[in-house]
Amino acid sequence: MIKVLRWLIWRDLTLAMRRKAEVLTTLLFFVIVVSLFPLGVGPEINTLAEIAPGVLWVAALLASMLSLNRLFADDYHDGTLEQLIISSQPLALLVLGKILTHWLLTGLPLVLISPVLGMQLGLDANSIIILMLTLLIGTPVLSLIGAVGAGLTLGVRGGGVLLSLLILPLYIPVLIFGSGAVDAARTGLGVEAHFSLLGAFLVGALILAPIGAAAALRISLD
Amino acid sequence: MNIFSKAFWLQLSSPKTFYPVAGKMIPWFMGTAIVSILVGLYYGFVVAPEDYQQGDSYRIMFIHVPAAWMAMWIYIIMCAYAAIGLIWRTRLSNMMAGALAPTGALFTFLALWTGALWGKPTWGAYWVWDARLTSFLILLFLYFGFISLRAAIDDPQRASRASALLALVGVINVPIIYFSVKWWNTLHQGASITLDKAPTMATTMFTAMMIMTVAFFAYTFAVAFMRVRNEILENEKNSAWVGEMLGREK
Repeated sequence: MIKVLRWLIWRDLTLAMRRKAEVLTTLLFFVIVVSLFPLGVGPEINTLAEIAPGVLWVAALLASMLSLNRLFADDYHDGTLEQLIISSQPLALLVLGKILTHWLLTGLPLVLISPVLGMQLGLDANSIIILMLTLLIGTPVLSLIGAVGAGLTLGVRGGGVLLSLLILPLYIPVLIFGSGAVDAARTGLGVEAHFSLLGAFLVGALILAPIGAAAALRISLD
Repeated sequence: MNIFSKAFWLQLSSPKTFYPVAGKMIPWFMGTAIVSILVGLYYGFVVAPEDYQQGDSYRIMFIHVPAAWMAMWIYIIMCAYAAIGLIWRTRLSNMMAGALAPTGALFTFLALWTGALWGKPTWGAYWVWDARLTSFLILLFLYFGFISLRAAIDDPQRASRASALLALVGVINVPIIYFSVKWWNTLHQGASITLDKAPTMATTMFTAMMIMTVAFFAYTFAVAFMRVRNEILENEKNSAWVGEMLGREK
């Protein structure tokens, strides 16, 4: 089973590397959205530091959501997805592989670039470390939950907008505790509670989301 | 008709049998709803005493609390129907889930709206971002998501199965709403009525609230049955029994 998982991740990564532009788009979107805020709100550094956790997390949320469309769409159009569904391997495992790749390609780059943007918005060093850690735990949850929505809206008219309507409400808890942790760190409060909850989200989503997404794909390709 | 036999219930789950039965039940539910709304509002607005802290402004509670209960209840009932439809692929339960959603969204909106009107005189703000209010807003979004996903997919079978899965994912929000006043320090007050102890309010207030809840329940089923009857007709428009009923030429 591990072999299948590794094969699927390798295949998806290879495919993505042949089209690097798509991976970069998500990252650039994240950078641009965050850079818009100082221009809109004004360059007052204290104000920016105050809103930074929320801004960075909302931008990460949107970036992750925008890339969800592509999670299954290409495989759906060229028929690979059907082959995956009728293969002898458990579909939830294959879906987990696709979600992991999605996170490696969209979530991980956001985590890596976030310190630069955090500095841009005037966060101190400690808050930036907390920010990276929350994004590291939180973005996989976003990919996992998003996969269920991506499966449900596969091949549906106006799927992109619909996907955001379905998925954003479910993202709210991650947003609250993710940005809450950075905010707590910034004001010198404890962050353990936030991290415990984020960790719980990750464990819960890791177990349930692949099963849900697999069920969604079965419905969509019925 | 023996209502205790399994065959009766199985037969009732076919759209053809359910259509006339629902038609007969609608006037009863609607009648109950209208009568108990009138009685409940009279009890709430006239009979119930003034609150020693909040004066008359608390009286919106007689709409706010039952509406909020219904919003959560309908979601759970909708999920139960959706789950049954997903597991046994029964058409009628899928239709019922779809028929309940707009009413659920309506009650969620009503609870938020009356809550805002109640919040202004008591908290000094129409809206605060506390856990109860936020989780209730998420419930409204979940209803909207359910309705739009159903509307976006053309094939009714696929639409109901996809939205059923979405409803089941969203059900995690209901306990969060219910316990939010316990888990977090919210501005929203805790529950005054619980199963394990006597309600902390005057008996007339409690009576009025219960009557309003009955009224909202009856209203919900009346309109859900109306919607489900429409949907049955639409889905089965080519079947023989619909043709017979409408006097269509063969």
